[in-house]
Amino acid sequence: MTHIAPRDEADRQRRAASYQKLVQRYKPRPPIGRNMLMAFVVGGGLCLLGQIFFNIFLGMALTPREAAAPTLAVMIFLGALATGFGIYDELAEIGGAGAAIPISGFSNTVTAAAMEFKREGFILGMGAKMFVIAGPVLVYGIITGFTVALIRVFLLGM
Amino acid sequence: MSYLIAFFVGGAICALGQLVLELTGWTPAQLLVILTIIGGVLGGLGLYQPFLEFAGAGALIPVSGFGSSVALGAISEAKRIGFMGLFTGTFEIVGLGLTAAVIFGFLMALVFNPKE
Repeated sequence: MTHIAPRDEADRQRRAASYQKLVQRYKPRPPIGRNMLMAFVVGGGLCLLGQIFFNIFLGMALTPREAAAPTLAVMIFLGALATGFGIYDELAEIGGAGAAIPISGFSNTVTAAAMEFKREGFILGMGAKMFVIAGPVLVYGIITGFTVALIRVFLLGM
Repeated sequence: MSYLIAFFVGGAICALGQLVLELTGWTPAQLLVILTIIGGVLGGLGLYQPFLEFAGAGALIPVSGFGSSVALGAISEAKRIGFMGLFTGTFEIVGLGLTAAVIFGFLMALVFNPKE
């Protein structure tokens, strides 16, 4: 029986180095470019969908600021609906950040948590944990908005 | 034309977000919080508003638009009614969306169960 043992330390290191080179060559690289492209297409597509509703509300003689709220509400409704049917999870699988960053993704995390924790009860499950993922966005959004408004209106008087 | 701008601007924000996720290993929740804060600060500086006018839904739909909407609501209400406006104004614009998320999320959870 042949026993392949490194003959000395230099040989052992050389083998280790060439093995590492081999590992590097065959290890799958994270396809960053492809993932970015998919995020671009999915995220851009959701914004395009939002623009369709935005233009519809603008056409009802609303100002851009008035049209913003119902546009967000429609996207939130669609995000919730797609989550219920299990479609949004597949979209997130494909689009990554492209499905997470649009407001429909915010709605997706709320609805998915509500569905998931329903089995733990309506109050301490669904009620308590509905914002388990979306909560941080809410908390830091409010803290940021409050702080910048405080500084701008009351400290700078703008 | 507005559709094209919304697609490219919204897509670019999402592609950049994906790049950050790939390079830093952040969780999506961390990325969303950072984007929300960026939107809020830009909204406070008065920079998000022109961006919204240019890109429409491309700037509104990403979660940074949520952050800026909180800031813009707080600013306009603080100007209108004073100090209390800081507290009532944060929900002025996003309140509709938040209530929608809770109501629709609740209704969907009544009807649907998570897939195994």
